Amino acid sequence: MTVPPQAYLVLSAALFTLGTVGVLVRRTALILFMSIELMLNAVNLAFVTLARVHGHLGGQLAVFFVLVVAAVEVVVGLSILVHIFRTRDTVDVDEIDLLRG
Amino acid sequence: MLLFVVGAALSLAGGVGVVAAREAVHSALSLLVVLGALAVLYLTLAAEFLAVLQVILYAGAIVVLFLFVIMLLHAQDPERRPSPVGAQWALAVPLGLLLWAALTYASFGLPANVRPAPRNFGAVESVGRELFGTFLLPFEVASVLLLVAIVAAVVLGSAPARPRVTSPRERVGAGDRR
Amino acid sequence: MEAWVAPWLVGLPLAGALGNGLAGGRLGKRGTALVACLSVLAAFLLAVQAARGLLPAEVPAVRWVGVEWVAVGDLRVLWTLQLDRLSVLLALVVTGVGFLIHVYSVGYMADDPDYARYFTYLNLFTASMLLLVLAGNLLVLFVGWELVGLCSYLLIGFWFERPAAAAAGRKAFVVNRVGDAAFLLGLCLLFTLLGTLDFREMANLLRDGGTLRGHPGLAVAALLLFCGATGKSAQLPLYSWLPDAMEGPTPVSALIHAATMVTAGVFLVGRLWPVFEAAGQVLHWVVAPVGALTALFAATVAVVQHDLKRVLAYSTISQLGYMFLALGVQAPPAAFFHLTTHAFFKALLFLAAGSVMHALHGQIDLRRLGGVGRAMPLTFLGFVVGALSLSGIPPLAGFWSKEEILGAAYAGSPALWAAAVATAFVTAYYATRATVLAFLGPARDPSAHPHEAPPVMAWPMAVLGGLAVLGGFLGAQWVGAPFHKYLDPVFGGHGEHAADPWTAVMGVAVASAGVAVGAWVHRGGREPHLGALRGVLEGQWGLEALYDRLVVRPGRALARLLAESVDARGIDAAASTLAAAVARAGGAVRTWQTGNVRQYAAGVLAGAVVVFAYWVLR
Repeated sequence: MTVPPQAYLVLSAALFTLGTVGVLVRRTALILFMSIELMLNAVNLAFVTLARVHGHLGGQLAVFFVLVVAAVEVVVGLSILVHIFRTRDTVDVDEIDLLRG
Repeated sequence: MLLFVVGAALSLAGGVGVVAAREAVHSALSLLVVLGALAVLYLTLAAEFLAVLQVILYAGAIVVLFLFVIMLLHAQDPERRPSPVGAQWALAVPLGLLLWAALTYASFGLPANVRPAPRNFGAVESVGRELFGTFLLPFEVASVLLLVAIVAAVVLGSAPARPRVTSPRERVGAGDRR
Repeated sequence: MEAWVAPWLVGLPLAGALGNGLAGGRLGKRGTALVACLSVLAAFLLAVQAARGLLPAEVPAVRWVGVEWVAVGDLRVLWTLQLDRLSVLLALVVTGVGFLIHVYSVGYMADDPDYARYFTYLNLFTASMLLLVLAGNLLVLFVGWELVGLCSYLLIGFWFERPAAAAAGRKAFVVNRVGDAAFLLGLCLLFTLLGTLDFREMANLLRDGGTLRGHPGLAVAALLLFCGATGKSAQLPLYSWLPDAMEGPTPVSALIHAATMVTAGVFLVGRLWPVFEAAGQVLHWVVAPVGALTALFAATVAVVQHDLKRVLAYSTISQLGYMFLALGVQAPPAAFFHLTTHAFFKALLFLAAGSVMHALHGQIDLRRLGGVGRAMPLTFLGFVVGALSLSGIPPLAGFWSKEEILGAAYAGSPALWAAAVATAFVTAYYATRATVLAFLGPARDPSAHPHEAPPVMAWPMAVLGGLAVLGGFLGAQWVGAPFHKYLDPVFGGHGEHAADPWTAVMGVAVASAGVAVGAWVHRGGREPHLGALRGVLEGQWGLEALYDRLVVRPGRALARLLAESVDARGIDAAASTLAAAVARAGGAVRTWQTGNVRQYAAGVLAGAVVVFAYWVLR
């Protein structure tokens, strides 16, 4: 093990930041979702790294549950997306502002 | 070392691809690259089981789902139309850099060297024992969560499309007049 | 005698009130009447028992001590009830006359839909009045005092659908508040001076030779308490509520506003006799003149009233003035003797008037009555007995007590005596006038067909008539004046007034002259014009206009100022400004809620960065 764990964490931070920027910048709902997946994966990487550093499997199990939640999120999110597309004929999140005050 | 450098480079490139690709399909494919690279990195971190899961679940299931939906919602490109908010680049990049700097700073508290991983660490057997021992309850709850998600997907998918919703502004106005 | 009698005395009518108040609708009229009358009758029998128990000369006052009520610092107040000769005398009057009027009410209110409510109030009043007279300390007395005020308010406004009745109830309440505020101040002052509110301890502290005798603070306290008494007993200047109180049902006027509650002020002075006696010249310079002036004033105003009940109301004010006059000239037994006889004959007058109202569907205007006596001989007889007793014609009850007061006033000061004698003349005059106009002469309303009262109303009148005839002998010197002997231990020798035959002769002569003049002036239902004098009297010697200018109009102006300026431009404006500010702020903030997910996400990110920055730079 020659690579210091900090390197993994810096990579994780970079991927997380990339995902964040994607959420802020892109307007296609699908790409927005994928950016969120990117952020989740960045967090997963941090979990796995820290599990390795501390020699404790808890981190890896957290990743397992994140996977479950991610799957659920994608399923429900994409169904909602399809539904919105059918009623409003758009996947542009900027046009979906029903909750405007 | 080499594996890490390659994996890191691939995942970063994929990440940029996800965010920057014009077509949603390209984004999805870039995401696939990221997921694969991360699976490799998991292997270097003694997480064999998770690496397998990553490939099967993420690459195999989730990305495919994305691709399906992309095909279903025939390709659109909303980005060219004007938006009241704009692209938010000026906001997103500086804030992102600040976040990255903070996270990086936070990661420097770790010890530089790590003891070798114990045998079987991250193997199916050890993860399984932990999962069905200490984490049994969350595991079962997760199954319920999945069930709920299935039900939700079925309901949302089978509901007939409601009539087209007019602009919220008009509806509020109508409500006021009443 | 045992102390348990006291709580039962208060508790029985209270139980009646609770029973009728909670279940009155289900008992039926007969059941309601039975509960109400029997509870008061039982209380009356208990009071008789208590009075007999106190008869032996050496029996001291009996006290019943209930639970502790207030314990704050030095102030410890218990629910104490006291059975002594004074309180038992009042309890006898309240329950005795009260029982008769309860029975009378059974007939008088027979057609009223709110039967149960009426008897609930009446029983509650009886209980409150008993609490007042049996109180062992001033605070318990004050509770009873306020409760009878409440019952008075409720019963004056019993027919609250009539605006006049509702307004009269309100007026009684408000005017009484003025007096009650003074009462409360006096109570507080008395406590700071004496350190106790218990009557027995007070009396001990103020015994002859006590250091506090003649203390100026004591005089102030006595004055304040007397103000409270003028409110409850409708003396100058707080008299104006009582004539309006006649809006209530007539039995209520008889019980509360003639026989019992309005005498609470007299009772208060009697109960606090040690205080008033020790307070220097308050009795002589305040109580007696106020009493004499009120007596004369109210009697003259009664002369021009057209409403029979209002005549009786002013008469009550006048007679209460007599009682205060007697107290003021150091003759409390005379005051309480008059209180008792007045309860008899004034209740009788009111019940007779109520009988007329009952027969004539509420007609009470002296200008429209007339000749009623032929159709209602028993009522007529009752009214005549009451009127003659009120006038002080021997040998009726009013004669004995009034002569005693005249004698005491003569011993006190010639001016007071002159006022009292003049009042006696006017009293006889207006009593005769009312009798003649209502019962004699030609019938002025041909459509009216009066009929005699039913037995349930006639019997109480008959009993009261007997008392109004015979009650005076209780205080007659030649039978040994048992009444005064009975009260002797309470006031310690203040009953000894050498009977002056000259004042008695003078009193009778004046009263007879009043009756004769009244009968002649109003013969055949005539009513003289009186010229400017009528205006003065109807304006209550200008007091009505004065009150209007001093109290009513400033009050209205203040209310208008508050309503139009302070409320509309101050409070309302502040509220609207605040609401508008909130609405504007909301309008400003709602633009933040764009509904745009990416903007929200940017906000979340900014927040996360701020948190991180804080954590890093800490």
